[in-house]
Amino acid sequence: MDSVSKERAERSIAAGNGGYAQLAADVLTCAKQCGATEADIVVADGETFSVQVRVGAVDRLTKAREKRLGLRVFVGKRSATTSTSDFSKASLDRLVSETCTLAKAVVEDPVSGLPEASELAGDRPDLDLYDETVLGPETQIDWAKRGESAAFSADSRVTNSEGAEFDSSSGRVVLANSHGFVGSYQSSSFSLSVSPIATEAETGAMQRDAWYEVQHKFARLASAESIGQEAARRAVRRLGARRVATKRVPIVFDQETAGSLLANLCSAVSGYGLYKRASFLLDQLGHTVASDRITVYDDGRMAGGLGSRPFDGEGVATRKNTIVERGVLKNYLLDTYSGRKLGLPSTGNASRSVGESPSVGPTNFYLVPGVKTPEEIIGSVKEGLYLTEVIGFGINMVTGDYSRGACGFWIENGELAFPVEEITIAGNLKQMLKDIEMVGSDLVFRGRIASPTLKISEMMVAGN
Amino acid sequence: MGYTSRRLVFVEKVQRMADHGQLATFGITELEAQHALDRLNVRDVDYADLYFESRVSESVSMEEGLVKRAAKSISQGVGVRATAGEKTGFAYSDELTKRDLELAADTARYIAHSPKGDRAVPVPAQRRPTRDLYPIERAKADVATPERVSLLNEIDAEARRYDPRIKNVMASFNTEYKIVAVATSDGTLVGDVQPLSRLQITCIAEENGNRQVGSFGGGGRVGFEFYRENNRHLDYAREAAREAILNLSAVDAPAGAMPVVLAGGWPGILLHEAIGHGLEADFNRKKTSAFSNLIGKRVASDVCTIVDDGTLPFRRGSLNMDDEGTPTGCTTLIENGILRGYITDKLNARLMGIALTGNGRRESYQSVVLPRMTNTFMLAGESDPQDIIRSVKRGLYAVSFGGGQVDITNGKFVFSASEAYLIEDGKVTKPVKGATLIGNGPEILTKVSMVGHDLKLDNGIGTCGKDGQSVPVGVGLPTIKIDEITVGGTQG
Repeated sequence: MDSVSKERAERSIAAGNGGYAQLAADVLTCAKQCGATEADIVVADGETFSVQVRVGAVDRLTKAREKRLGLRVFVGKRSATTSTSDFSKASLDRLVSETCTLAKAVVEDPVSGLPEASELAGDRPDLDLYDETVLGPETQIDWAKRGESAAFSADSRVTNSEGAEFDSSSGRVVLANSHGFVGSYQSSSFSLSVSPIATEAETGAMQRDAWYEVQHKFARLASAESIGQEAARRAVRRLGARRVATKRVPIVFDQETAGSLLANLCSAVSGYGLYKRASFLLDQLGHTVASDRITVYDDGRMAGGLGSRPFDGEGVATRKNTIVERGVLKNYLLDTYSGRKLGLPSTGNASRSVGESPSVGPTNFYLVPGVKTPEEIIGSVKEGLYLTEVIGFGINMVTGDYSRGACGFWIENGELAFPVEEITIAGNLKQMLKDIEMVGSDLVFRGRIASPTLKISEMMVAGN
Repeated sequence: MGYTSRRLVFVEKVQRMADHGQLATFGITELEAQHALDRLNVRDVDYADLYFESRVSESVSMEEGLVKRAAKSISQGVGVRATAGEKTGFAYSDELTKRDLELAADTARYIAHSPKGDRAVPVPAQRRPTRDLYPIERAKADVATPERVSLLNEIDAEARRYDPRIKNVMASFNTEYKIVAVATSDGTLVGDVQPLSRLQITCIAEENGNRQVGSFGGGGRVGFEFYRENNRHLDYAREAAREAILNLSAVDAPAGAMPVVLAGGWPGILLHEAIGHGLEADFNRKKTSAFSNLIGKRVASDVCTIVDDGTLPFRRGSLNMDDEGTPTGCTTLIENGILRGYITDKLNARLMGIALTGNGRRESYQSVVLPRMTNTFMLAGESDPQDIIRSVKRGLYAVSFGGGQVDITNGKFVFSASEAYLIEDGKVTKPVKGATLIGNGPEILTKVSMVGHDLKLDNGIGTCGKDGQSVPVGVGLPTIKIDEITVGGTQG
């Protein structure tokens, strides 16, 4: 047997059922022999099947199976991280020795290390993340076709399409460390997105929009027709958009754009930005950072939540953290390292892509809804902007300066008057968070970060 | 040179590749590739290919004066594709056995639903890329981690020496070494070795509670020695520090439509967003681009000539061949203001009946090929940059940018300045805070009234995202004057 085929034989043994826990244990043992004082390992594998249809015909089918192993070792207070997709014993032995060599090349970092054993998740709650349903290609093609067709039927101005895509995936994560922690969970995902294009008959001007839904469980997905119809409504309503004159006005953020604002808050309270002094919310714990209408939670254990998981990327138990309570900053989002840098315990927010050392990420990060409907909020504005999309990267997390491309609808006397585009909105996030004067009742979880409609009292809109 | 013991077997295979065939790198024979391609040979399949890729990525990073982190990632796999009319069947695998290839081929041909074809699939014949745009000796590229650590330490010291108000320096050095081989149903087999590296520096300046950020970086398909050449790494450090210090005194940016002068180099991101994406063939075949049906029409003033050129030596966006094995070229997109052409991959060139430009790119074996830019830039004009600034009564002079984005369908694009100044009475005056600029792609270049003679390419930091796939790209621009564009500041 030549060396290549021998490696392959070993690989297929390792991939057997339950083999990853043993594989992880073997790698940890090998790391110790190479001089590692602590180590952790994450193994992820999964399958995805994706279907794209466009204008009624199949455009692309994609099928894949993948697996990856990430290793982090500590040699005293020095550490390094590596990853590979080759699980043969020979390859993993090389990886371990490489990782230890790499670790010895960097400097000591006094706070580096695994979480304390006491912080590791002891329980394994079932968070309703996995559905064993396997959909055949024809079912997925049918869903995508029905979604796109519903968009075409919804309005005669829908004349073209960037397509509809149905994706299904499932996978598992195994995490083990030298404290003896071994945890694993499975999750699955089903999603449909539809991207129609509407055309204005007189000018030929085109507008694209999209709508989508993602769920862990197939049965929870909204109908293909409802997703397609909403996508069409969103594309068509943009037709005839124009610029407006430069002026300061109130801005109503819809659920999607309010979610992007909340994502900016999420970055600002992330431990890594804070200890590097690269956040506009430095040293604000216990201080008022937002309007007293604002309460924000991050809940890692919401059943079926798109950001839910039983333990974080270091094995620390997830939980529900209060981030902002009636405008006061209560907690940062932290993993072990950034927590130690700030003298605080991990909040169970380590996010780990297999090949990298942990960083911080939200689980289910949401703003608690108020009582006003979106219509009531729009109705409160005499002249202003109903914001439905922001584009670009004009956010300075160090200063909070905010300047982004925008589109939406101009509000006149409490009603949506006409669509607008090619404008910018600008302000500073520190002030914007304090200027939120209305919070909608319409919280819907469509991703890991969710917000109801929000109204900011005034920002600069630049146009003509 | 150095530390062979650290090398993986994988890397030793690279050395062998120079002597043997590219497929040998992946433990696959020409016959096995031909066998997999033959499984894809059903009647309705027009074209099929196998894309083999091995990649080693390494990074070291520094913050708070300490090089704390080192990482390395190794991946390899194969992407198998069949196209039938507009349809694409695609599968990928991180296993490279004959059986995995067959399974992937069976998945990919599912789109065709048709019986076995009667054309014979040729055994792919080996050929080499016709040029070498990035001749880097592996031995030189593969420097030991301690050398990278020293590079970052020197950067930290230089930035802090530049000004004591620099309170933190974050720097990272990333390298990637990628080996690819493409075997196609039309009988070609070609491979390439594609090195890539980048040094990125961010400084935070602090004074009386005012904190500001500045960034600078560069790289390309270059070896480690590039960064030490004439102490280039220290120039980068000073530039990042300078921008952070400058922003300490920045005033609020203006809001509204006004003349804007863009400096040369990286502000070429304007071209990438405003017209480049809109000229990718897939959007135009589907008629979803704001540029659909505009070939031969005026989309820019006559001082504008814009090309996409993948053949510039050592550039971040350059490639000897694209990811379908087509040699890259220099494509004229806009000539004296007239739209001349799209950038294409094989699928879209075939369906549209237009020339293949060598722009079929993919992020990895896990991604499908899409038409993508390489290095996109405007050719030099005749104006003196100083005259361009002098011609503006009140406006903005934008020197450096963060990212940009475009809506292909309605043509609206944004790009965000990170270093900009007011122009008052023909003179560059106060620095202003970052602001987003927004415009309409098919219209904005008609407002370019002056083009400088100072064409500059960027330093090699660009990464372009499309359909969730990131690929390295370059941009370039001479100093230009845009008569009117909306500036998203806060001061009306």
